[in-house]
Amino acid sequence: MHSPDHTSVGIVTPQTARFDQPIKLRSGAVLDRYELVYETYGQLNADKNNAVLICHALSGNHHVAGFHSEQDKRPGWWDTMIGPGKPIDTNKFFVIGLNNLGGCHGSTGPSSLDPATGQPYGASFPLVTVDDWVETQARLADQLGIQQFAAVVGGSLGGMQALQWSITYPERVRHALVIAAAPKLTAQNIAFNDVARQAILTDPDFYGGDYYAHQVVPKRGLRLARMLGHITYLSDDVMGSKFGRMLRAGAFQYGYDVEFEIESYLRYQGDKFAESFDANTYLLMTKALDYFDPTHHHNEGSLAQALQAVKAGFLIVSFTTDWRFAPERSREIVKALLDNERDVTYAEITSSHGHDAFLMVDPYYHDLVRAYMQRIDLRGAA
Amino acid sequence: MNAQMMAHARQRADFETIAGWVQSGAKVLDLGCGDGSLLRYLKEERKVWGYGVEIADEKILACTKNGVNVIQTDLESGLSGFESGSFDYVILSQTLQSMKHTERIMQEMLRVAKQAIVTFPNFGYWQHRLQVIAGHMPVSRDLPYQWYDTPNIHLCTLKDFEAFCAQLNVRILERSVIHRGHQVSVLPNLLGSLAVYRVERLSK
Repeated sequence: MHSPDHTSVGIVTPQTARFDQPIKLRSGAVLDRYELVYETYGQLNADKNNAVLICHALSGNHHVAGFHSEQDKRPGWWDTMIGPGKPIDTNKFFVIGLNNLGGCHGSTGPSSLDPATGQPYGASFPLVTVDDWVETQARLADQLGIQQFAAVVGGSLGGMQALQWSITYPERVRHALVIAAAPKLTAQNIAFNDVARQAILTDPDFYGGDYYAHQVVPKRGLRLARMLGHITYLSDDVMGSKFGRMLRAGAFQYGYDVEFEIESYLRYQGDKFAESFDANTYLLMTKALDYFDPTHHHNEGSLAQALQAVKAGFLIVSFTTDWRFAPERSREIVKALLDNERDVTYAEITSSHGHDAFLMVDPYYHDLVRAYMQRIDLRGAA
Repeated sequence: MNAQMMAHARQRADFETIAGWVQSGAKVLDLGCGDGSLLRYLKEERKVWGYGVEIADEKILACTKNGVNVIQTDLESGLSGFESGSFDYVILSQTLQSMKHTERIMQEMLRVAKQAIVTFPNFGYWQHRLQVIAGHMPVSRDLPYQWYDTPNIHLCTLKDFEAFCAQLNVRILERSVIHRGHQVSVLPNLLGSLAVYRVERLSK
């Protein structure tokens, strides 16, 4: 049981949107039909101009805020940010969280049954890109009768979706909040992703992606992928202060079992993730990250050229110790927006938490998002 | 009147001067923009448009509340995030005296904008001179800090600034010297406490 919390959206129930209109993906593949699972918080107003779309990152999903039941121990993944009176205030905004196409939390993805075969898609599920997600999200908005979002918000890979929204649908986004993101991955970032993928692809239980038929899960690979990811989401500082060289048993054991606390932490995180996440979805999400590059379909021109059509106002936020998506990368987006004379506010938040900081509570960070969101005028807007 | 309101009222004098100088609809970059009130004032009075630059978290927040675009960055590291010639005016309001790299910021300002507007407290103001003669570092309305906790490391007089401009190949287009909200035309380097300059780079 939860004590009454007036800043929680409370108990929420996921909904499913069905799409029977085929979608042609960037890869050329076509999905004849698909489903997207989503949650909403707050009320859509009469003018339908107060909708906010939350885009999730690599391992996120539609359950952004609130609880699924009274017994639920943990709220949605961004509950600290969204709710009545919270920075993204559900008293003002109608907030939508969805599970992206290719996900493993209810939306159509590699672990879903292919209606053509009655078997899980597995390896036959096409790769999807950030552009594809924006397209499917726009179709969801159409179904919900939302012509224009007051804001599209996301951190990390979610921030890339918010940026892509402003490019693909300049008329449908009034504000984009791009947090701890980058305009495209660096070679180093792609390298990390590939090591993660190799861990999964070379797991004997992977079976070329069709492990569902073998009643197994490539847990070892997924676990390693997650452990590697976790290292890159934390800063050296925070890892040092949290774990340092602390030993579980207080003395060296001269073996390969867990000795250092950091090993214990990473293994725990890896195991937990491998139990709950689909390996094919993980592969697909990391590829979507790698492919993201708004200049790619603009004849490899500059980012400023790619952002020429953008109309939204922007809040760009980075975190000082985030080395996976470093502040310099956010500044590239800022520069491209400045070059196009767009409204932009840029904040570099001092934090020790590395990339994970975007999910943490920080007074300045939260006050800033709150101030920006409060500024959004819903009177007389389209 | 609290300290903030006093600071605000004092600022109005150079706000008005600046608003009188910038052309309507101009694109402006305000360095060390504080809570964004100058940009907001210029937006309301002169329909200007632009960005502020600040380093302090609370000022970024204040600008956001004020509806002003602001970029969080350290001015000391230059203006590499801004294209050459991309602004009509760049403003440095009461910040020059606290900057470490004074020459570099002047050059950077005149790289990104056609003209720069610089305001600073006049160290040559008579009260400051008297205090120095009396054997103390000056403390006044415009220089409210004790020597040991002042952010002001590069204080100058009108004459110093003008010599500095000449040395940097910078032409002074306009000068306004103010004391307590009023223009000072007689002995400005002695009777004026706040200097406001509009400058441009001389083509080589």
